[in-house]
Amino acid sequence: MKYLVALIAGLLVGATVFGLGIIYNPFLSKQGLSPLAVTDAPTITLAFSAVATESIAYSNDGESNVAPHPDKVLQLWEQTVRQTSAMATVLRDGRNQTAGIGIKISSAADETDFLSGRALFNSIWYVYLPGRGALFIEETENYWEYLRDIVVPGYRSSGNIWAGSWLGNTTVGPGALGTAKVTGGSGEFTGAEMLGVESLSVRAWKADKGVVAAEGRLIIELPADTLADASTEDR
Amino acid sequence: MIKTFIFGILLGIAAAAGALYAVPAVDQYREASIITVAQNGGNSEIFHINVPIDRVMAGGPDQAVMPLGLEWPDDEILGSVSTEIFKVRNARDSVIGIAARTAAREGESPILDWIIHLPARGSIYVNMNPVAEVGGHRIGEIRTGSRELSGLSGFVTERWVADTSGEADAHAGRIELSAKYIARQQEPRE
Repeated sequence: MKYLVALIAGLLVGATVFGLGIIYNPFLSKQGLSPLAVTDAPTITLAFSAVATESIAYSNDGESNVAPHPDKVLQLWEQTVRQTSAMATVLRDGRNQTAGIGIKISSAADETDFLSGRALFNSIWYVYLPGRGALFIEETENYWEYLRDIVVPGYRSSGNIWAGSWLGNTTVGPGALGTAKVTGGSGEFTGAEMLGVESLSVRAWKADKGVVAAEGRLIIELPADTLADASTEDR
Repeated sequence: MIKTFIFGILLGIAAAAGALYAVPAVDQYREASIITVAQNGGNSEIFHINVPIDRVMAGGPDQAVMPLGLEWPDDEILGSVSTEIFKVRNARDSVIGIAARTAAREGESPILDWIIHLPARGSIYVNMNPVAEVGGHRIGEIRTGSRELSGLSGFVTERWVADTSGEADAHAGRIELSAKYIARQQEPRE
């Protein structure tokens, strides 16, 4: 009997050690510098609130810790869309003025592999900037570092909260340099193929509500011959 | 007993690693695609949206917003923008994805765009011609696609089909999206 107890205790310890090793392995998903941080091309930066209750509308399966907003919004409970979220939000420019509207649809990716530090989501954005045009953004996002740096410490804390300052690029593809593929649809962006990066800046997280203070950013590298609007242009 | 404990640790590590390797963390459920070969080449797929039950949200300055409690931003710059998010169904009436329709007026030229996201397959972005054709339908061009739907061009037709069944619990109607996919010609490698 004591051997059985020792074996079970060993199994639990082994599984725990393995789990901790995966979570805190510093070689997993080491975030590098965004290639758009060193580009010479003009870029536009669009900011949005990453808090569901501050969006125009947010929906998911209704069972996540992030509650749909508003309360009466139709939930995505069907089997095919259960791991998908949809959000409509206002996008702001560098002067914190409304620049346009963005719709983000994001689904958990089959390629997710915790062994290699990949908590992947396939996301798309539709961005419409009045006076400028529309963009379609396709990206693969990796939330591994977000889970490791915010969610795990949050659950570990006695109040099930995390507070601090976390900044990370979530975009890891499909571009070879870890960039999103951006396609211009109308206006000055018509026909343009561009690169983009989405980043997330989190200040507070709660286990029962998800992020409660956070801002997202979309950085889009414009074609060299595009005239960037002064309000959104960075370079 | 110590040896048993150590063996248990090694077994626990191996079991955890094996479980993470063998059991997928995410397994998107996929409905079998209903695609037919179109006349004159390409493939055809028909989606539809039952209105109003598939409408996740609708917002705009000159329209009734839904759901209850949604606050459309009161910004002048968004004065001509309206957007809707829907669940999308296949020909078997099963929900297979999410779509968003955005309409806006860019000076004198209106804009009407669709994005259709099928979680297990990919997404397409469609620029519609805002001017309706004879018969009331609109035709749009697939601008780009992602994952399985990348590398496709083609067209999407948007059509409103009002319900005429007269049944008490019938929907108001449905938006039918008929997609024609054509694979883009690959550039020969040099």
